[in-house]
Amino acid sequence: MYKIVAKQKLNHLVEKMVIHAPFVARKCMPGQFIILCVEEGDERIPLTIQDYDREKETVSIIYQIVGYSTQKLAQKEVGDTLAHFAGPLGVASVLHNSKRRVLGIGGGVGAAPLYPQIKELQAQGVSCDVILGGRDKDYVILQDEFKAVSNELFFATDDGSLGTKGFVTTVLNELLAKGRQYDEVIAIGPLPMMKAVVSVTKPLNIPTMVSMNPIMIDGTGMCGGCRVTVGGQTKFACVDGPDFDGFEVDFDEAMRRQSMYKKQEQHICNLKLGGGTNA
Amino acid sequence: MPNMRLDKVKMPEQAPDIRNKNFEEVARGYTEDMAIEEATRCLHCKQRFCVAGCPVNVPIPEFIEEVAKGDFEKAYEVITSENALPAICGRVCPQENQCEGKCIRGKKGESVAIGRLERFVADYVMNHTDITIEKAGSNGIKVAVVGAGPAGLTCAGELAKMGYEVTLFEALHEVGGVLVYGIPEFRLPKELVAKEVQKIVDLGVRIEKNVIIGKSITIDELIEEGYSAIFVGSGAGLPNFMHIEGENLNGVYSANEFLTRSNLMKAYDFPNHPTPIFVGSKVAVVGGGNVAMDAARTAKRLGADEVYIIYRRGEEELPARREEIHHAKEEGIIFKLLCNPVKIHGKEGRVSHIECVNMELGEPDASGRRRPVVQEGSEHLLDMDTVIIAIGQSPNPLIRSTTPGLDVQKWGGIIVNEETMETSKENVYAGGDVVTGAATVILAMGAGKKAAHAIHEKLKK
Ligand SMILES: Cc1cc2nc3c(=O)[nH]c(=O)nc-3n(C[C@H](O)[C@H](O)[C@H](O)COP(=O)(O)OP(=O)(O)OC[C@H]3O[C@@H](n4cnc5c(N)ncnc54)[C@H](O)[C@@H]3O)c2cc1C
Ligand SMILES: Cc1cc2nc3c(=O)[nH]c(=O)nc-3n(C[C@H](O)[C@H](O)[C@H](O)COP(=O)(O)OP(=O)(O)OC[C@H]3O[C@@H](n4cnc5c(N)ncnc54)[C@H](O)[C@@H]3O)c2cc1C
Ligand code: SF4
Ligand code: SF4
Ligand code: FES
Repeated sequence: MYKIVAKQKLNHLVEKMVIHAPFVARKCMPGQFIILCVEEGDERIPLTIQDYDREKETVSIIYQIVGYSTQKLAQKEVGDTLAHFAGPLGVASVLHNSKRRVLGIGGGVGAAPLYPQIKELQAQGVSCDVILGGRDKDYVILQDEFKAVSNELFFATDDGSLGTKGFVTTVLNELLAKGRQYDEVIAIGPLPMMKAVVSVTKPLNIPTMVSMNPIMIDGTGMCGGCRVTVGGQTKFACVDGPDFDGFEVDFDEAMRRQSMYKKQEQHICNLKLGGGTNA
Repeated sequence: MPNMRLDKVKMPEQAPDIRNKNFEEVARGYTEDMAIEEATRCLHCKQRFCVAGCPVNVPIPEFIEEVAKGDFEKAYEVITSENALPAICGRVCPQENQCEGKCIRGKKGESVAIGRLERFVADYVMNHTDITIEKAGSNGIKVAVVGAGPAGLTCAGELAKMGYEVTLFEALHEVGGVLVYGIPEFRLPKELVAKEVQKIVDLGVRIEKNVIIGKSITIDELIEEGYSAIFVGSGAGLPNFMHIEGENLNGVYSANEFLTRSNLMKAYDFPNHPTPIFVGSKVAVVGGGNVAMDAARTAKRLGADEVYIIYRRGEEELPARREEIHHAKEEGIIFKLLCNPVKIHGKEGRVSHIECVNMELGEPDASGRRRPVVQEGSEHLLDMDTVIIAIGQSPNPLIRSTTPGLDVQKWGGIIVNEETMETSKENVYAGGDVVTGAATVILAMGAGKKAAHAIHEKLKK
C-alpha cells in the first residue's frame, strides 16, 4: 500500500499528489512514469513522475481529472493509500546538455512532465525558454515553478486570459518570426498539440522531442497495447519511450489508437460516477 | 484384478453451449467414486513409464494406489513430495506428451487419467483439510527471487523450506505470472492460484509486488543489498507480432494484451471492473498453441459470434494441448488451418478484414515439422472486427539489458549451466521460460526447484 502524504488542487480539474513509494523514489529520473491502481481491482493508469524526494522516499504526480480512474484518484485524501504504485517505468529523457538553447512547450497537464526536464537542463546551465498553454489562465499550471527555472516564460490561452490568445504554436511562430533560434524543442501535451508543434519545427529542421501517452496496461513491455509507429517501425512506448523524435512519430495513428475505448470510457463514467467530466 | 475398461472415467464438464457463455471452470473434476474407479485402471507397472514422462518425477503409481484405497491425504503427500502445485499441474500439464503419453494403458485404449487424478487429490485436500504449514527456522541467508510465475514461486517455496530468507519481487500487482494473467479462469480458477500462493507466503516468503527488476532496482543492486543468491524467473512475456500491414489498427491485440485485459484486469466483468476490452462480432486468432486456444475461447465467452483460429500448418501440427483443441471445437471455434494472414485491412482506423493466403505442407524443416509454403493466387479476404495475434512470446529485455555480465542467447534467453541453473554471473540463477523460451508450467517449476537445490548446495558451504 502506498500512502498519500500530500495533496494540492492546482485548478478545478488538475491536482497534485505526493505518494510514499520507496522503490520508485530511489531510482526515478526525469521523463519516467509510474502505473497505479487506485483500489484493488481497478484499472492500471500511467502518470508521469513530476518530482521526487529520495530522502523522504516520495514521488509527486500531477493528474488531470478526465474520466473514471482519475476521478476515483481525486477522491483519495492525505492519509489514504493507493493499492498499487509501480515504477519507475520508461526510459529517462535524454537531456542534451550540449544544446545551448532549448524551448520547452507544455500544453495543459503536459506542463507537469516538462517541468523536471527543464529544471534539470537549467541546472546543467542550458538556457531554456518555455511556452505554457491552456484553456484559460486557471489551466496553466506550475507557473511559479517554471518562472524559477526558465530564461523567458510565455503563455498562450484559448480565451486570452493569460498571455497570447491562441495556441502554443501561435507563440512558437511569433518567437521564430522574431528570429529566436533553438537547438531543440521539447513538446509535451495533448497529441494534437504535439503534432501541431512538429508541423512548425520539422520544416525548419529544429529537433523536437515529444512524449507519447498511449493507452497502457502493464508498462513493462508485456502487452504491446502501447505501440506507436516511429520512423515506420513499431515501438512500445512504455519501454522504448515515452519520449520519441517528433519528426518520426505517426501522430494520426496515435490519436486513433488513443480513442479505442471512447465508448466504454463514457459508459463507465456515466454508470459509476453519474456523468463524466467531458474533458 | 485391475479394472480393464479401455477408456478413462469421463470428466464431468459444463455443456459446450452453456460454458461458452460463462467464465466458470469447464471441467468440474471427479467425484470420490470416479477417482477411485479410475485409479483401479493403473497396472502398477514395474517399469514406471509414466514417471519417466513426468518432468518432476511424481511417483505416479504410488499416489494412484493411495487413491484406489481411498486415502486421499496420503496420495497428496506422495504427490507433493515432488510437485508443489498439483492442483495447477493436474489442470494444465500437457499430459498427453508427458506422464499419460508414456502410460502403458495408452497402448490399447486410453491412458490412465493421471492428470485428472492429480487434480482430484489436490482439490480434495484443499477442500477437506486444513494444511498447516510449518515455517522452517531461519538460517539468516537472504535470497532474492525475480518473477512470481511457476518458476519463481517454486524456487522461493523450496528455499523457504530450507530456512532461507526469501524475497520474491514481482513487476505486476498480482502474483502468479502466466497463471494469473494468461491462462483463463475457465481453465484455471484464480482462487486456486491464490491458495497456492498463500502456502508460499505461509512458508515465510516475503512478496514485493510492483517492483520491476532492471527499473526499480537492478540485479547488481540486489547483490549489493546483501542477497547471497538471486533466481531470475521472469518468463517470456514479450509478445511477438507478425510485422504485416495493418497490425496497429484499432482492434488488433497481442494475445497477451487480450488475455491480460480479460484475466488479470477482469475486463470480462466490465464495468464492475473498470478495464475495457473490445471484441465485436467476428474475431480472428492467429496461431495454434495454448495461447491461441485461450484467446479464442475467451473471445467467444465475451460475446463474439464467430471466432476463427487461423493457423499456417495442419491439424496434426497444432501445438496446443489436445484437450484444449477438443474443447475449443466443442465450443464452436472455427479452425482455418493451412491459412496465413498477410495483411489486415481497416476502415476509419478499425479492423474490417483480414487478408489470408492458403498454405501447403512442404518438406520437413529443422524442427522436423513440415514447412508450410504459400499457394500461389490463394489470397482471400475475411470480414473481421478483431484480430488477436498469438504467435509466440520471447523473454523481456529489461533484465538482460541492465545486468552486465549476464550471457544470453541471440533470441534473448538467459544461458545457464543445466546442472545447476547458474548463469554466467556468479550466484545469479535463472529458470523457466526466460531460459527455455515459452514452454510449460511443469518445466518452469522443475527449473525453479533445481535452482533452489543448487543454491542451497552452494550457500551451505
Ligand atoms: C506515459 C504516460 C504518462 C502520462 N502522464 C500523465 C500525467 O502526468 N498527468 C495526467 O493527467 N495524465 C497523464 N497521462 C494520461 C493518463 O494516463 C490518462 O489521463 C488516464 O489514464 C485517464 O484515465 P481515466 O480513467 O481517468 O479516463 P478515461 O475516461 O479512461 O480516459 C480518458 C483518456 O485517457 C486515455 N486513457 C485511458 N486509459 C488509459 C490507460 N490505461 N493508459 C493511458 N491512457 C489511458 C484515453 O485514451 C482517453 O483519451 C499519461 C499517460 C501515459 C501513457
Ligand atoms: C495463455 C497461455 C496459456 C498457457 N497454457 C499452458 C498450459 O495449458 N499448460 C502449460 O504447461 N503451460 C501453458 N502455458 C505456458 C506456461 O504458462 C509458461 O511456460 C509458464 O508460466 C512459465 O513460467 P515462468 O515462471 O518461467 O514465467 P511466467 O509465468 O511468465 O512468470 C514470470 C513472472 O515474472 C514477472 N516478471 C517479468 N519481468 C520481471 C521483472 N523485470 N521484474 C520483476 N518481475 C518480472 C512477470 O510479471 C511474471 O509474473 C501457457 C502460457 C500462456 C501465455
Ligand atoms: S506433474 Fe504433470 S506430467 Fe507430472 S504427473 Fe502431474 S500431470 Fe503428469
Ligand atoms: S504406466 Fe500407466 S498403468 Fe503403468 S504405472 Fe504408470 S499410470 Fe499405471
Ligand atoms: S503497456 Fe503493455 S507493453 Fe507497453
